[in-house]
Amino acid sequence: MTTSQPFRKRRLLQEFKHLRKNRELLLLAMPGFLFELVIAYLPMIGLILAFKYFRYDQGILGSKWVGLKNFEFLFKSQDAIRIIRNTLLYNMTYIVLGTLAALVLSIMLYEVSGRMVKVYQTTLFLPYFISLVLVGYITYAFLEHKSGYLNRLLQDIGLSPHKWYFETTPWLVILPLVAVWKSVGFSTLIYYAGIVGINTDYYEAAKLDGASRLQMIFRITLPLLKPLIIVVFILGLGNIFRGDFGLHYFVPNNAGANLATTDVIDTYVYRALSKLGDINSGAAVGFLQSVVGLITIVSANAAVRRIDEENALF
Amino acid sequence: MELALAKPVKSASNWYIHLFFTLICLFMIIPFVLVIAVSLTSENSLLHDGYRFIPKELSLEAYRIVLKSPEIWLKSYGVTIAITVVGTATSLLFTTLTAYPMSRRDFRYHRPLTFYIFFTLLFNGGTIPFYILMTQYLHLKNSILALIIPLLMNPFNIIIMKSYLDKMSVEIIESAKIDGSSEFRIFYRIILPLSTPALATLSLFISFAYWNDWFNALLFIDDNKYVPLQLLLVRILSQIEFLANSPLAETASKLQFANFPTLSVRMAMALVAGGPMMVMFPFFQKYFIKGITVGSLKN
Repeated sequence: MTTSQPFRKRRLLQEFKHLRKNRELLLLAMPGFLFELVIAYLPMIGLILAFKYFRYDQGILGSKWVGLKNFEFLFKSQDAIRIIRNTLLYNMTYIVLGTLAALVLSIMLYEVSGRMVKVYQTTLFLPYFISLVLVGYITYAFLEHKSGYLNRLLQDIGLSPHKWYFETTPWLVILPLVAVWKSVGFSTLIYYAGIVGINTDYYEAAKLDGASRLQMIFRITLPLLKPLIIVVFILGLGNIFRGDFGLHYFVPNNAGANLATTDVIDTYVYRALSKLGDINSGAAVGFLQSVVGLITIVSANAAVRRIDEENALF
Repeated sequence: MELALAKPVKSASNWYIHLFFTLICLFMIIPFVLVIAVSLTSENSLLHDGYRFIPKELSLEAYRIVLKSPEIWLKSYGVTIAITVVGTATSLLFTTLTAYPMSRRDFRYHRPLTFYIFFTLLFNGGTIPFYILMTQYLHLKNSILALIIPLLMNPFNIIIMKSYLDKMSVEIIESAKIDGSSEFRIFYRIILPLSTPALATLSLFISFAYWNDWFNALLFIDDNKYVPLQLLLVRILSQIEFLANSPLAETASKLQFANFPTLSVRMAMALVAGGPMMVMFPFFQKYFIKGITVGSLKN
């Protein structure tokens, strides 16, 4: 080891020179760097709370270790299976439905030319720009038991009204519908930007060869969009263990009666935190979310890399 | 929209696609129309006829009630506007300051810095450690900073900004350097003015995030002083719900409650709180496609 001592010293010196040379740009990056250090990286230490019994007066580091005790409720309770299943299945549905809808819309959007593209885009985007609290209000206008539009409509055509907020099965349709309604404008725009970025020479050459529109979509557009779809997909997978709190809290109106099909991990944690003040189970669940999220994203990326190195995210 | 010009020539006989989009657009807009209609309908008519797209009895009563207690609204509007303005400006600054060195290939640490930011997308401490940090260590419970700080640096926005800056020509920076400009000067005099489209897009996204944020308010704000619009909506909703369902309300407040046009008021409130954003955003539309190029999110 002693032989490398001067070498190491030289490298250190060199690095110091680099630091000096890059100091201005380093200084520019400093506010963001420090901010993230405190706001994003420091809480990562807090993940150890999952294995501790947290007491406010003792702080994160001072609290007692309890091993896997905080995870016990997850494995024992019926809730755990429900919230994990709900979170995973809903997220899969959102990813698949959302991607499909956005792809269809962006390809169609590319097919129409002229001024209307902007009008369509703006309209598709509208729901994206309101809060989920408002989405909750809007859903309420449709689903309210007595005067809600849907029930009146059902009565008008001779069917019996429903107490939507007290039922479970309808939410399997309502939530994905609302989710896609809210977010499709954004994903459509991303794919549309991707399609616009495709070199038009491909299409012209295909046209000369007599390719039909459908052939162009399947042979040119979709293959060239593949990297983008994969990036969005991998990032989506990383959040597969995180439920959309706003969507699952405000849209079903936080009504206890529909929890069986609407409750996801995040709403569960929030309820544990706000109603029971149960920080410990919450921390355990949060730990699982973060770690499983990272594992999913890294393995999805590894899988993509194996099939096609070009398309991997990192 | 120079991008749109690059499109291949398309036939005009796309009427079926237009029809398809008209239907989709209706599907996007109709929920809003219902909310507007309900807010303009008299309570009696709502109870009788239910929610209708065309009100049978027009009434501005709901708006009158909403505006009757302007103090609450003004305060919440003030909080929301304050966090939106201050938050967006600060966030833009932080985002650009961080994204710019990331985009400079000749910056020795551009890769580690990019990874440092990107990693926060993949992994984080979760809600509870963040909550404890904010309340126990930074002491930001019931502080307006608690509404600004959490949304200040969004890794997605930074990456969008970086990929925009990636396309900027290196020669401009090189020549400015030869002229003896410092990096700060280059950033301030060249980079910022050239990034207007990206800054416009980001300011839209960031301001909308601040305007619509309820989560941090739900977590950190109990004090009535700093209740933003969205939290006010949440509270009013649960209060009405509470009044309507609680047996306690039966006796005392039910009388009052019966005369309180809750259905239309609810929708009127939703519009008062959400309206400004919906009116504003089409004006930013033209920057969208230029600004967002997540396609170059790689690297």
